[in-house]
Amino acid sequence: MKKTLLPPLIPFVVLTLAVEFSVREGFVRPYLLPAPSAVFRAVIEDRAELAQALLATSSATLAGFAMSALTGITVAVLLSSSRAIERAFYPYAVFFQTVPLIAIAPLLVIWFGYGLQTVIASAFVASVFPVIANTLTGILSTDPALRDLFKLYGATPLVTLFKLRLPAALPQVFTGLRVSAGLAVIGAIVGEFIGGGGLGSVVDIARTQQRIDKVFAAVLLASMLGLTMFGLINWVSHMTLRRWHASEQTE
Amino acid sequence: MDLRVDAGEFLAVLGPSGCGKSTLLRMIAGLDRPNSGRIVMAPAGDPFQTAFVFQDAHLLPWRNVLDNAALPLELMGVSKEERHIRARAALDQVDLQDAIDKVPAQLSGGMRMRVSLARALVTEPRLLLLDEPFAALDEITRFHLDVQLRELWQRGAMTVVFVTHSVSEAAFLANRAVVMDRGGGAIKLDRTLALPAERSNELRGDPRLGQEMKLLLEAIE
Repeated sequence: MKKTLLPPLIPFVVLTLAVEFSVREGFVRPYLLPAPSAVFRAVIEDRAELAQALLATSSATLAGFAMSALTGITVAVLLSSSRAIERAFYPYAVFFQTVPLIAIAPLLVIWFGYGLQTVIASAFVASVFPVIANTLTGILSTDPALRDLFKLYGATPLVTLFKLRLPAALPQVFTGLRVSAGLAVIGAIVGEFIGGGGLGSVVDIARTQQRIDKVFAAVLLASMLGLTMFGLINWVSHMTLRRWHASEQTE
Repeated sequence: MDLRVDAGEFLAVLGPSGCGKSTLLRMIAGLDRPNSGRIVMAPAGDPFQTAFVFQDAHLLPWRNVLDNAALPLELMGVSKEERHIRARAALDQVDLQDAIDKVPAQLSGGMRMRVSLARALVTEPRLLLLDEPFAALDEITRFHLDVQLRELWQRGAMTVVFVTHSVSEAAFLANRAVVMDRGGGAIKLDRTLALPAERSNELRGDPRLGQEMKLLLEAIE
């Protein structure tokens, strides 16, 4: 653990000190880039407000992400059930991905109103596609020899799905979930810009108040939320795959 | 092409790359259908009497050795208790009784291939089809598995059809060898090998084996 934590920590400390120095010496104007100490102070001073905002954003992110995971895997399974279905519907999944979230966020407000529902929907829309795409790739790239083997012993498509194709797709599913987790945070923040609440609102309001230190404090918390999600999925992925998958073998 | 394989035979199928050896095997297994012509099994009936061993082990990496070997029985609906008993017996036959709790990532290439063999044997098949099963292994391991496969065949009442690129492997293992022609439409040579029933590594230096290899090689070229 020490070895994985230390290397990324060094650039962080160096960069933080460099920024702090630059701002204090007047190389950078503090209304453009706040000193790290000022951001830290904002975190402490506004801790009650920020904690509440973080909690709101976290719940919306988690809810949207959970929906993405469930829907994404289900859709991928349905798409993989036949070539014809895949050809007919996969382009729409891609289309869904290319629609800019910021453009449809107002629509989400019209449909779901101001508040949590819109934020969850936004997190979901932003994060569902990578789960679909990666799960589908995983299911479709199942070893043909093993598919033959299941066929030879008379396995039904459903048995093959649960005993072969889904477990074989797990590494790709986790890849999708990792990407999706980061996107869910972004989706939630974008949703909050328009639908209100959470860290997104904190950023929006602090910006109008010229409180750039608070903007940075909120951004910092949002990043930490994303990192935590990423770490959590990595951990689950490691625990699940460590026994069998090459990418998780430590020795 | 017309080929008859009798019960209890150990047949090696040779031929140049792309002549359709593997396709022939897949058609016998029922994995592919012939465009024309037919394949008749006598007696017909239970499809699970056929087992197939691929070029690589193709195990389920998330399962341990025991559950990999038990997979065919599981797919056929055999109870957990019974399939574990039978999988243990199959693993005994390939000397893997001490590795049942390991997962494929912990095994060597030769051991994985033996799990694959045990998985094929677990249903006690009457027909065992092997598609270049040891081609990816190093020579020492392959020699060892050749002897083991031959012993398995002698112990059981199986018919074995063995597709291979290796003339020496075909001559060493089989009782009868056929050589397919380049187009795959005909059999160029169909020969009952004049070799003793007992095959051990001592046979590998035997001039009779060399003679058979020469004949097979000539037919391929």
